[in-house]
Amino acid sequence: MTCAATAPRTPRPPDPPPASGALRGEPLLLGVRHHGPGSARGVRAALEAARPAAVLVEGPAEADALVALAADPDMRPPVALLAHAVDDPGRAAFWPMAEFSPEWVAIRWALDHGAAVRFVDLPAAHTLAAADPTWRDEGDGEEEVSGGPRIDPVAELAGAAGYEDAERWWEDVVELRGDGDPTAPFEALAEAMGALRETYGDGGHPRDLIREAHMRLKLRAARKEFGDSVAVVCGAWHVPALARRTTVAADKALLKGLPRAKAELTWVPWTHRRLARRSGYGAGIDAPGWYGHLFAAPDRPVERWMTKVAGLLRAEDHPVSSAHVIEAVRLAETLAALRGRPRPGLDETTDAIRAVLCEGSDVPLGLVRDRLVVGDVLGEVPAGAPAVPLQRDLDRRRRALRLKPEAQERELGLDLRKETDGERSRLLHRLRLLGVPWGEPAAGRAGTGTFRETWRLRWEPELHVRVAEAGVWGTTVEAAATARAESRALAATALGDITALAEQCLLAGLGDALPVVMRALADRAALDTDVAHLAQALPALARALRYGDVRGTGTEALGEVAAGIAERICVGLPPACAGLDTDAAAQMRERLDDVHTAIGLLPDRPDLVDRWAGVLRRLADRDRTPGVLRGRAARLLLDEGRTADGEAALLMSRALSPGTPPADAAAWIDGFVGGASGGGLLLVHDERLLGLVDAWLTSVPAGAFTDVLPLLRRTFSGYEQGVRRSLGELVARGPRPGGPGPSAPGVPGFAPDPDPERADAVLPLLHLILGTEALA
Amino acid sequence: MPVPETIAKPGSGVETDTGTGRPQTADEVLRPHAEHAFAHELAALAAADDRPRPARWRLSPWAVATYLLGGTLPDGTVVTPKYVGPRRIVEVAVTTLATDRALLLLGVPGTAKTWVSEHLAAAVSGDSTLLVQGTAGTPEEAVRYGWNYARLLAHGPSEDALVPSPVMRAMSQGTTARVEELTRIPADVQDGLITILSEKTLPVPELGQEVQAVPGFNLIATANDRDRGVNELSSALRRRFNTVVLPLPATPEAEVDIVARRVEQLGRSLELPVLPDGVDEIRRVVTVFRELRDGVTTDGRTKVKSPSGTLSTAEAISVVTGGLALAAHFGDGVLRPGDIAAGILGAVVRDPAADRTVWQEYLETVVRERDGWKDFYRACREVSA
Repeated sequence: MTCAATAPRTPRPPDPPPASGALRGEPLLLGVRHHGPGSARGVRAALEAARPAAVLVEGPAEADALVALAADPDMRPPVALLAHAVDDPGRAAFWPMAEFSPEWVAIRWALDHGAAVRFVDLPAAHTLAAADPTWRDEGDGEEEVSGGPRIDPVAELAGAAGYEDAERWWEDVVELRGDGDPTAPFEALAEAMGALRETYGDGGHPRDLIREAHMRLKLRAARKEFGDSVAVVCGAWHVPALARRTTVAADKALLKGLPRAKAELTWVPWTHRRLARRSGYGAGIDAPGWYGHLFAAPDRPVERWMTKVAGLLRAEDHPVSSAHVIEAVRLAETLAALRGRPRPGLDETTDAIRAVLCEGSDVPLGLVRDRLVVGDVLGEVPAGAPAVPLQRDLDRRRRALRLKPEAQERELGLDLRKETDGERSRLLHRLRLLGVPWGEPAAGRAGTGTFRETWRLRWEPELHVRVAEAGVWGTTVEAAATARAESRALAATALGDITALAEQCLLAGLGDALPVVMRALADRAALDTDVAHLAQALPALARALRYGDVRGTGTEALGEVAAGIAERICVGLPPACAGLDTDAAAQMRERLDDVHTAIGLLPDRPDLVDRWAGVLRRLADRDRTPGVLRGRAARLLLDEGRTADGEAALLMSRALSPGTPPADAAAWIDGFVGGASGGGLLLVHDERLLGLVDAWLTSVPAGAFTDVLPLLRRTFSGYEQGVRRSLGELVARGPRPGGPGPSAPGVPGFAPDPDPERADAVLPLLHLILGTEALA
Repeated sequence: MPVPETIAKPGSGVETDTGTGRPQTADEVLRPHAEHAFAHELAALAAADDRPRPARWRLSPWAVATYLLGGTLPDGTVVTPKYVGPRRIVEVAVTTLATDRALLLLGVPGTAKTWVSEHLAAAVSGDSTLLVQGTAGTPEEAVRYGWNYARLLAHGPSEDALVPSPVMRAMSQGTTARVEELTRIPADVQDGLITILSEKTLPVPELGQEVQAVPGFNLIATANDRDRGVNELSSALRRRFNTVVLPLPATPEAEVDIVARRVEQLGRSLELPVLPDGVDEIRRVVTVFRELRDGVTTDGRTKVKSPSGTLSTAEAISVVTGGLALAAHFGDGVLRPGDIAAGILGAVVRDPAADRTVWQEYLETVVRERDGWKDFYRACREVSA
């Protein structure tokens, strides 16, 4: 307490008695719960009271050099200490800190009061060398660096206290305590942890023993330097171990021979959402916004919280009056009394908000959860913080692929069949996904296949900033791009956006992101009620499937999703085609063609092709479908060889029967033989069809003829000249005696029977073109 | 102002309940009121209850919650659970009543709204009979007061000629009144409740008097939240209520259990023959209903569109009952997929265009692939075609 006695006292109400140890001339051990606002308040009060000359914080020892940055005015929590292996930026570990984290409070207190700060945990050099904690695996890596033992000490204590819910117990005994002595819990907690450690030892986490040995050594060093005026802020779990008396030699022996990796540290911005997702002790920060509020609110936390909620709901156009707020507070307080809790916790306030402010509905409540309970807070890190590992990874990759960052714009042609070029393409695509547009895809030379890409490269200085910003997403280009793609997939609402994203993922070779993207795609597709959207998405997917094959990316999931969408189209298309006007029908016709092609491209799904044929048949048969679509469906069936002999003629004669309005019949003809898809040749070769068209045309009444003429003209003017002439000659010659029949002989310019010799003469050339000579 | 006590009690509105542990004690009446049927539990709770009670409450809020959620008392009395569902809901409901706010229970049909409201009134006030049944024709007299016209004509306006509504009686006695199907009541009659709930008074201008509510008075209303459009509550009235939404059963098992039990009861009263092995089909109906309702398959892997219908547990019960009747009278006596397919189709497809697509999509993308559902798929295709 020497320090506290000499230091100038802030005008505070009588100081609470200092926590354990301080009076006995021993270091002040403040066992906390990571990210517990109650602990944070307690730490602040205890530090104010004891005024130590040095504060030791649980965190990687190398971070001592970075601690000054925490005082920078541009530094705004939530932030995280990020350690990464220099030679492999993918190996990284994080120590997130929010405004209400006891560690952060301790650091800030020390910086504000001129006390020294030391990080006492095992250096990241060892942590990173021993394990491989990456961004991707949820539990392990994170847990190891932030000191969460396998047994959950809070759950153990809660269980001992007769609580089922550890969270609730913690809230009741620590977070929701009144304004009483804020340091009292430290002693009680340390004692309880001591008992737990006696029972459980290292709690199934042998690494803790090594870390604690390191902490003890650092503590000894600090006491040599600063005397006894030292405070330690660490997980409550470690307190008994730090208080234990051991020999220096024993501790050093534990630390001997640990593997080392060259590690670098920096601060990175963090978000409340990420705090909620990845947490130190696991539980405890499901509600960072709520905890932040508890920490920041000077008094009456429930009343202030309800007012905040009301403000949010009003901003979102939910009428909420002050009377509502009053009733909500009353309900929360009575509910807490009924449940036997000292004060309303998150559960009670949420229940009250639902019953009073949200009128029982979970929809506005979801908003409250998202915006307030978790919160949108995004941290900031000063520009002076060391470079993020992403930049380092990008540099490495760039050098390996011999791509120079040049301010001059230049064009780069890539042949994706070559390995280096493929890697380059993937890197550029990944950077684009990350919002670092170093390269822009350019329209390549005409006639390029799927294995060619052209890029326009230009490195601008602000791209460095973009890279730093993208550092939030991960430590390597691949990991960051994957995380970004996944996040975009979850946020996207339009089906088209996700399809495009899926395509991008394939181009960028982000196989790991695909499952999430595909899942999002399947979900959106399932909920999209507009069949046209689905029909638009399918061709892109079918294309992507082919790209994937070219680039050797696994596309199984993609194929499944595409098949699912095709199923939905099969169900939804016939009703969607009913009662369309001319323009809509013309659009739908394009979709019909696209989907038809796309379904043909889907590999290994013959059942789907059958179902699709069934859909086409229904379309062709249904009167409510516009003529152009019926005609188109009939034609697609014919092309696929799915019509019985003469069925096409039957369909046509039905469509052109006298009762049909001429405009509808003309549209049918347009759908059936219109466009540049060889419809004219069909008429040339099937005289029965031509005869039907001819007969119908001559029977159109004079008045209606001028109506259908433009449509017919459009239909027939699309044919090549030769086809048009043949048709004209056929019509001029008139119907062949003996009735019309298919493939009628006597077409002008053709012999009655094929001449096999002349036909065979073409074969050698065909084989040459198709490259099938060996097989022939 | 004293209020005569001699009014015949209105019959209690019976809604499909979830069948949770209701004992069938049929002494003289077909269905005794909650406070009579569970008199011994209420008495035991009152004896064991040493917590503070709000004015005129028979039990403390804690004991009321225990009465609804069930438990074992120190003296060994077992309190049967009246409501099987989230504890949170009962706690919020009881607390609402304790904070002197009116309680609005919302939910789709078949979520035990009436059942909960009856038991709450029975536990809090010992009387669940002060009931207004809301209908499109509910007059103002039902929530305020009416007149005995013979007396009114003979003696002029007097307290003797006044016929109090259940709400008025609850106000003067300090007990709990209940309003069923609040959203069916015409808007002008609903408005009559606003003064009662905010000013806690009911003026009788004809006599130049008023009835002021005494502590203990409160009101529990139920409404079907699919009915919102019928007579939507004005925001002024809405503001006087704390709203608790009663959810559909949380787990498939609970729902299957409810459906099976109710189907059995109904089957007995309709004198349908008992069929063996119906549980599989019941499970199937419940699965289909839940998946379409929740918009996601049970395994959580595939999203599906939700049709416009409610697909409540009550409807699942009627689908199964209908299927049973089909199987018993026209089938081979075993509940088969074909017997329920038509019923499901009718329950799901309310809007012929949109819902049919939803249903077919569901059939093709979910049902077709599922193991052991081939028969059902075929039956559904048959009736859908």
